Parts: sequence; structure tokens; C-alpha cells
Amino acid sequence: MTRWAPRRGKPHTGVDWFLTFMRVAALTVIGLGLLAFIAQEINTDNPFAQWANPDATGLTGAQFQGLIISGVTQGAMYGLIALGYSMVYGVLGFINFAHGEVFMVGAMTGMITSNKLADAGLWESNFVGSLVFIMVVSILVCSLTAVIMERVAYRPLRGSPRLIPLITSIGVSFFLQNASVVLLGPAAKAYPDVPDWIRTKHTFLDIEGAKILVILVAAVSMICLYYFVERTKSGKAMRAVAEDAEIAALMGIDVNRTIVKVFALGGAMAGMAGILWGILFRSVIHTTGFLPGIKAFSAAVVGGIGHLGGAMAGGLSIGVAESVGPLVILEPLGVSGVSQLRDAVAFAVLIGVLLLRPSGLFGERLPAEDRT
Amino acid sequence: MGSIASFAQVFIALSNMPVRLDERLIIKPVLSLGYLVLLILPFAVGYRQGHQIKREGVPTYAPGPNEVVGGFLCGALAGGGLSLLAVLLTHFDLREPLVNWSPILLDLLAFGNATWFAAVIWLVIGGGMGAAGGVLRLLGPRSRRAVVTMVLVVLGVAVLESLVVDLAEGLGLEPLTDRLYARRGGVNWPSAVGLAVVSGLLAVVGRGRFRQARTRVSELEGAKRTQANVGLILLTAAVLIVLPLFAGKLTNELLANVGLFVLLALGLNVVVGLAGILDLGYVAFFAVGSYSAAVLTAATSPKIAPEMPWLVALIVVVIITGLVGLFIGAPVIRMRGDYLAIVTLGFGEIIRLLFLSDWLSGWFGGSQGITNIPAAGIFGLTDVAGTDPRRVFYLVLAFCALAIYVSWRLERSRLGRAWMAVREDETVAEAMGINTVNVKLLAFVVGAVLGSFSGAIFAAKVGSVFPASFLILVSIVILVVVIFGGMGNIIGVIAGSAVLIGVLGGPKQPGLLAEFSEFKLLIYGALLIWMMLARPEGLIPSVRRTRELRQHEMAQDAWLRGEVDDDDGGNGTGGASSAVLP
Repeated sequence: MTRWAPRRGKPHTGVDWFLTFMRVAALTVIGLGLLAFIAQEINTDNPFAQWANPDATGLTGAQFQGLIISGVTQGAMYGLIALGYSMVYGVLGFINFAHGEVFMVGAMTGMITSNKLADAGLWESNFVGSLVFIMVVSILVCSLTAVIMERVAYRPLRGSPRLIPLITSIGVSFFLQNASVVLLGPAAKAYPDVPDWIRTKHTFLDIEGAKILVILVAAVSMICLYYFVERTKSGKAMRAVAEDAEIAALMGIDVNRTIVKVFALGGAMAGMAGILWGILFRSVIHTTGFLPGIKAFSAAVVGGIGHLGGAMAGGLSIGVAESVGPLVILEPLGVSGVSQLRDAVAFAVLIGVLLLRPSGLFGERLPAEDRT
Repeated sequence: MGSIASFAQVFIALSNMPVRLDERLIIKPVLSLGYLVLLILPFAVGYRQGHQIKREGVPTYAPGPNEVVGGFLCGALAGGGLSLLAVLLTHFDLREPLVNWSPILLDLLAFGNATWFAAVIWLVIGGGMGAAGGVLRLLGPRSRRAVVTMVLVVLGVAVLESLVVDLAEGLGLEPLTDRLYARRGGVNWPSAVGLAVVSGLLAVVGRGRFRQARTRVSELEGAKRTQANVGLILLTAAVLIVLPLFAGKLTNELLANVGLFVLLALGLNVVVGLAGILDLGYVAFFAVGSYSAAVLTAATSPKIAPEMPWLVALIVVVIITGLVGLFIGAPVIRMRGDYLAIVTLGFGEIIRLLFLSDWLSGWFGGSQGITNIPAAGIFGLTDVAGTDPRRVFYLVLAFCALAIYVSWRLERSRLGRAWMAVREDETVAEAMGINTVNVKLLAFVVGAVLGSFSGAIFAAKVGSVFPASFLILVSIVILVVVIFGGMGNIIGVIAGSAVLIGVLGGPKQPGLLAEFSEFKLLIYGALLIWMMLARPEGLIPSVRRTRELRQHEMAQDAWLRGEVDDDDGGNGTGGASSAVLP
């Protein structure tokens, strides 16, 4: 694994110089952008602000708050998905690339169920009830998908070189995406209309109902998961398997069953996130899972992979960074069309974190064989 | 197993594959490709259920009639999935989420008859295919080979129909193909039977000849072996040079596409196969190659338009892509393999997003891309443009030859051995005095340069570049090609591209089975999973790679045979195996 700290004393190679240069350049761009942003916030006419970007207008307080809120909302979803990456990485030590697709399956399931409910008239008459119902269905379907995935594609590969299951999971991801295309058709599909209180902004903090809902549900799921992992017996087994699968087996833990539980739990979180995505954006397509999946993986890495609280915190920071970053750092420097670069910013955060601090913000909890 | 297969059957049926592929006839008027995809699975489970795991100490029993019965049951279960589906199709309407839940599918399943007919007939068909699979188990190796050859030859001839017809037209053999193929496509059934008989006979007669010839070649020593190899290479080259002259536009187009992907796959092979770096953002180099070629040659390029001749531009393109390779490679090269994969994916996506963005649209035209790229002029002799696929093919062929030569030499060079050492164990390689960082970085750059060739040809061939041509899925398709063919093996990679890109088609390019275009990505995904599970070393494996992947099994085999210290030392895993020596 990458450890750059111990290399400090060694003679520098070309690559080291280049990396140092990259780090300095990245920090300079960020610093310059921030300075320019602050300068433009104070007064758009001062010479520094003019030099950086003559057209900049700065952001109003309300705009800034809006950006943070939407960042937090997206981040909460990334965090929920990231939990799945993080837990699977914790116990099996490989990146389940297809996890983003499980999230997509959740959003699709929600779309199908909610449309059926809307046809039956239940969606309008009892919105909260049907919401809970589609969440339950989606959680079940996603857990099942994740468990089947584990059984068919990953279990036979346990113990093979690390890249082999990763390549397999790319195949699974590709397969699920295109299975959705051939079964459900390639067009984007819409969720039914949601009640007004979801759509309009509330006086409280000036946030749309959907966003409050997303943040609340994400927080509740996170707490439930935390309780499950830290307080129940199965959770203890999971932590033991993550620590060292062989010893856990010797202690009488059924490792296979625990791994299945981990997949089911990760799938459940992804299913929840899928429904929230559907409520927030009200449209879903087969590629829905790809970008959030990668970003959630970044979130898991940022938070320190294998670390549950870290995954959530990482999700929030990725979400905020991609929503605020382009406007606060790139726009003041005169980059046009910044909102198109949102995804690029999210990837840049991933690369930056892996460059500067590969173990993540909260430190990485690695399976036994990686620690040696 | 049968029940898993029945789910798979329903999935295939609902994926619209049978209906879509029904138009493509394999044997007229008996069998269409659509029905064929429904027949394969019961047959496969029927065959598979007789599979015995060979264990030391457990006696293997001779296959008997049980196999046929078991095959029948498994196959019937698999077919039963379709029967159930047929019943459900008549009684429920799930058209809303499942777009292919249609009467057409029911009609196809029931052969135009009533529902109960479908329910019964699929049980029978499934059982029959399963039993056939069981019977195949019973046959001796000789007749099994004959049967398999027969089936493969008939299917192959049917699948390659347009290629064969095209070539026959060029060679003036039309009467032959007219007899072979029916007018609406597909092989006539009398000719199918004839083909089957001929190929079966050939398989029986020629049994083992091919293998004998191969062992004879591999047993040759020194100069003679080189001679044989040179002869083979010259023969292949001659065929590849002469063939396009007789082929029509479509075939040449196909060959050119395959060639482009061979070029890409060879580049990725250096990175993934030789150095063991899983680069998921390989499309970035393809994109950079295309875009820089476009900017340098096209008069319509938005910002700078030097309008260089293509060959001069190519040199600049190589330098640019090499630098981009360094730039992307340097930060990621120290990362652990799995992080590296995701980060390269990120870079691939960032590059596409930058080409797409408004910010750089002044340079690269944003989503409009760059159009009207002139043809590639070669020393003023010819112009190579997409309108003449034959010339494109020759150009691609020249670059493929170059790439093959380069990778072949590299594999045997000091650098190549260093790559393989890094692939097998980085820590040990470092301890052996290999500068792992520089070596891996070089692999990245070599891969990037090979990819840029393909990009530059692509730009000249298509005449325009758009960000939409460089999606991540291109990287994944190239990865599937490399893995399918055999990582680290040049011939394997070429065969992989020829089979996959030629038959199924590339991300945007149609293959021989154009009807598959909707499903090819699905098949690529399934293929990737299946390859990793069943045969991670690929179709034509490289010897060394196989040893690496199957290290444990080989060590075990050696232990069982009682020959732990094998002469080449490649398969003993050190301590564990030597400890059991008496």
C-alpha cells in the first residue's frame, strides 16, 4: 500500500518531486480560489478580485446556504451508499464496484412500486404510509440483490488475488446496468408526483421538505446501523470478521453467514439511499448508480475505509465539496461553466485525498492481512 | 442447478433477446438465433450436471444412463421456467415496468399456438436438450469432439454469413454461397446437414493431427523453430494483406474496427497484462490521442489550427499522450492496486468532462466536438479516410504490426521482465533492485502511446471527435477484450478482439451479429464475470500468468503426483510444499 511518510528521509526521485509539485500546485489553486472568493465577497471592485475574475459577482448568503444544504443532502445519500463499500471492504478487503448498481436497483424498485401505488390511488391518499412501504420493498430487493451477487460472483473468488474480485465486480456492475436496460428499457423513468409539503420550501431554515426528509431518514438509518453493529451479537460478529476472519471462525463465528449479513446490510442502506434519490430527483435511469457509486466510494476512502462513522462524514464532505467547490474555488478564478465540473471536482477530491492522506481523514481500519 | 437455469431462462426471455434475434436465421427454416439462445442453457445444465469433481481417493464412477435422466430433469426444470412464464404472460399484464412483457413474446414461446401448448412444449424441449447434454457426457472423447465440431462449424458458418458472402463475392464463388445460404439469411437445412457431416468426418479423421503438429513445432529447437515461426507470421501477414482486396466495404470496415481495438487492447495489455496495473481509465489516452490529432490536423479546430500533415501530427500526438500518461501515472503509481483502478477511472472521467465542459470549449468545441478532420495523408502517397475502409484497414494493420512487434520485444526485454516481476510481487521485485515506480510509470507511458495511435487513426477515420465517443464503457470493453483473450498474451489479445469486436461489436461499432447490438454490453458484463469465475487466465492464456493464477492448484497437483520440486520451480510455493516432502 501507499505510504509516503516513511520516504521522507530517502533521496527524492523524479516522481517524488513531481508529486510535491502537484501537491503544492493543488494547494495553491485552492488557496488562490478561496482568497479570490473572499475578496469578491468583500467587494467585487477591489483589484485582486478584478484580477482573478472580472465578471465575478460573489454569492449571497442565501445562495451560499442553499449550496451547503443541497451539498449536505447529496452527501447524506453518498454516506448511506458509502457504508456498503466500507463494510464490505472491512470484511472482505476488496472494493465492491457493483454497489452503486445496487443503489440503482433500489431507485428502480422504488419507481416501480410507487407508480403501482399511485395507480391504486394510495400514493396520494396515504403518502407517508406508501413511502414507508416502498422503502421496505426497496430494502428487501436490494438486500436480496446484494446477497445473490455475493453468492454467485464473489464467494467462489474468496482468497484469490485482490484484483480478481474487483474485475468481477466491474463485470457485475456492467451486467446489472445493462440488465436494467434490457428489462425496463433505456429511457429515464419518473416517480409519481409528491405532495406539496415535499416540494415547497419550509419557513424553518428555508429548506425544501424533500431535503429535510432525506437528512432525517439518513440520520435515522445511520443510527440504526450504528446500534446494530455496535450493540447486537451479529454486529459483534461482523466486527470480529473484519478484524480477522480466521480467528473469528475459530471463535465459532459462521464467517459465511456474517459476510452475507454484511452484504444484506450494505444493500439495505443502498436501497434506502435509492428511495431518497427518487424522492429528491424524481427520475431514475440505468446509469443513475454509476456516478453516485464512485462518489460514495470516494466518500468511504475520505472517511477512512472500513470506518462507519467515517463513511458518513466522508459522504457529507464529498457532497458539500462538489456543490460548493466549483463556485467557491473555480468560479472566482474565472473558470466558466463551473457547474458542469461538479463531477470532476468530486473525482479531484478523491485523487487529492488519496495523494495527501491515503488512510483517509479518520484513519483506515484494514483487514489483518493488509496491516502487515 | 435446474432452478437457477430456469430463472436465467426467464431473464433471457424477458430481456427481449429471443424476439429481437428471431429475425436472424441460423438454419432456415428450422432454427433462428432467437430460439437458439433459449436452447443453449438447458443443454448446458444437462451437460454440466454430470460433472464430477475429481478428488484424490474418491473413486470416479463411469457415466451411465443416470446422466441422461439427470440431464433431462435439469433441462426440463430450466424449460419449465419458460412454461411458467408463458402461463403468467397470458394471465397478468406487467407491461408497465417490464417493457418486453408482450403478446409477441407469448406468440414466440407458443410457436403461434395456445398457451398450454407453450407450457408443455418448453418442458419437452428443455428436457430434450438436457438429455442431449447428458448423452454428450456418455460419448467417448472422440465422438464428443466430432459432435462439438459439427455444432460449432454449422453455427460458425451461420454467424459469419455476411463475411463469407462478402468474401465469396470478391473471389467469384457466388454460386457456392447461393447454395449454402437461403435468400433471407441463414443456412439452408440441406447444406447445414452436409456441413455437419463433412465437419464431423473431418474432426474424426483429423483428430489429434493439429495437436501433433503443434507439439512438433514447439519441440523444434533454435533456428528451425525461428524459421517455423517466421513462416507462420509471414503466412498470416500475407493472408491479412491479400484478404481485404477481395472483400467488400462492410468486411473492410469490420476489419478496420477490429484492428483499432486490437491496437487499444495491445496497449492495455502492456499496462494490465504485463505490469499488472489495473487501469480503468484507459479511454483517457484514446481520447487525448484523438483530440490532439483532431486539433493538430483539422482546419476547423476552434482555438489553434496548425493543420499539420497527419504523420507530423502523429509525432506530436505521441509526445502529448506520453506526457499525459506521465502526468496521470505519476500520482497514482504508488497507490495500492484497487485504489489505483478507481483513481484511473476518475481520471478517465475527468478528461472526458474537461473535453465536454464550456470552460475548454474554446479549445475543443465542448459537446459539439471537432468535425471535418481531414484524411490522414501518408507521405503524399494516399489519403486514408473513413470513406475507404480498405485503406484504413491497411493503416491500422501497419500500426498493429508495429504494436505487436513492440510488445513482443518488450515482453522479452529487461524492462518486460521487470514488469512481470512487479506484477507477481512488488516487494520482492523491489528487493531485487528494480525501481518499481519508474518501471510501472514506463508501462503507463507505453500503454498511453499505443492507445494514442489508435486515437489518431480513429480521428482520421471517423472525421470528427465528440466527448460522447470516450465514455468509460470503452475502457471496460477493452478490459473485457484483454481478459477474454488472455492477459499478457499477444495472440490471446488479438484473438479476443477479433472474436468479441468482430462478432458482437465494439461500444459503438456494429459487429457481425448486428442484431446483438442491444445486448452486447449485457453479454460483455456476463462474460467478464464468467471469465473471472471459470477461467481467469483467458481464452489463450500466457503460460506464466496461468502459473501465477493457479499457483495453489498446481502446487497441490504437484504434491499429489509426488513431484514437488518441479524442474522450473514455478509451481512449488516454497515452505508449505517442501515441508511435506519425506
